[in-house]
Amino acid sequence: MSDPREPLRLGVDRDRCAGAGMCALTAPEVFDQDDEEGLVVLLHPAPAPEHRAAARMAVGLCPAGAIALDSPDSTGS
Amino acid sequence: MSYDPTAAGTTAGTTAEGPPTLPTDRRTGCPFDPPAELTALSDQPLRRMRYADGHVGRLVTGHAAARTILADPRFSSRYELLHLPVPMEGVSGELPPAPVGDMIGLDAPEHTRYRRLLTGRFTVRRMRQLTERVERFTTECLDAMEQAGPTADLVTAFAQPVPALMICELLGVPYADRERFHSQVATLFDQRADAEDKGEACTALLQYLNELVLAKRAEPTDDLLSDLTTSDLTDEELAGIGGLLLAAGLDTTANMLGLGTFALLSNPGQLEALRADPALAGQTVEELLRYLSVADPLPRAALEDVEVEGRLIRAGETVTISVQAVNRDPHRFPDPDRLDIRRKAAGHLAFGHGAHQCLGQQLARVEMTVAFPALFTRFPTLRLAVPPEEVPLRDRSNIYGVISLPVTWDKE
Repeated sequence: MSDPREPLRLGVDRDRCAGAGMCALTAPEVFDQDDEEGLVVLLHPAPAPEHRAAARMAVGLCPAGAIALDSPDSTGS
Repeated sequence: MSYDPTAAGTTAGTTAEGPPTLPTDRRTGCPFDPPAELTALSDQPLRRMRYADGHVGRLVTGHAAARTILADPRFSSRYELLHLPVPMEGVSGELPPAPVGDMIGLDAPEHTRYRRLLTGRFTVRRMRQLTERVERFTTECLDAMEQAGPTADLVTAFAQPVPALMICELLGVPYADRERFHSQVATLFDQRADAEDKGEACTALLQYLNELVLAKRAEPTDDLLSDLTTSDLTDEELAGIGGLLLAAGLDTTANMLGLGTFALLSNPGQLEALRADPALAGQTVEELLRYLSVADPLPRAALEDVEVEGRLIRAGETVTISVQAVNRDPHRFPDPDRLDIRRKAAGHLAFGHGAHQCLGQQLARVEMTVAFPALFTRFPTLRLAVPPEEVPLRDRSNIYGVISLPVTWDKE
């Protein structure tokens, strides 16, 4: 496994999102949920070093595969 | 009311002909461990299994395979496509489709439509805002327990009322109706109640939910049902959703609280660690979710031929995901049979995975993270009032747990 603090670029797909909240629970500095539909809101497409490990964990825990790592066309939410 | 396609009716086991059936018998004296035949399958994560009607499908005991299947839309949740893993009382032949409002038995896009109307109501933030209310209900239950003590049935005094009060709060059940509501719910989830009483309770409860929906339409209050009356859902759909939230949110958390307390009392070292550091409450809850896996199993049906981990699953085959086995997969969780509140339990599949992952999981987390420490802080000498082998366990429901948990403590 690579260094958990290595820079990363995130992208989210709100159409796939199941609104389970695993990302907001695991990496609240990086992900949020909107109040209307509870879908993922990406706060930081390029998280600070101290939040990268949690962000990677959130990618793995997402039940819907809605968060992409190193997505080249990441546009935030 | 939510349909229960996986409730166990009889004891299953290996027979001479064909693949084995789903192991359901826990070893005597091991109330927290899955059947030994299940955990023995950790090197056969995706084996053939014979279903109640003779259908040959699959049994999933591997964590990775379970995640793959639950996240794949080619595996359907529609009840009418599923074969029952074990026989269920009163069901023969094909299962009926999901009743109105029961999104658990639907696929996208019908499932998505319902789910999106609800996810905004169950976000991490909104559920944390309910913390104070959970604390208040917990305190009320503990006060009543203490006054009536120094003995109690933890199930009726604590494990059931805390989540029941929260569901009433969420749905907007008026205080005047709560007693009637609780007694119907108690009958519905009472494993010892006979089928006729359960049927009556279910009818009465649906009737009540219908009335509640009409009342909220006429006079909206600050709650989930009132909010949903502004959507395009019909009254029937609203009542159905109310019933589903009840079934999904009540029996599950109640059994986690009851069985979880039993598990902590049976592992004094772990309980001591939690008492010493209440900040471990969140981790303790995750580990108990993994270790106990009370909602089990999860069935899916292949809509087309799908290859998973090199094995072909044919269109039409039912796949049973054994959550309790998956959460004890030694390839994912080292030393899986040990309750260890300091382990990294995140990634367990106790709430499922994929588009259907538990909608109310953040509420369940808040309820348990408040309730367990509050219970053990209030009663530092809490212990079982009977020998552990005399604690009655559920055996024929797809939500596992204790039927009652007699406890006692020293009065000050």
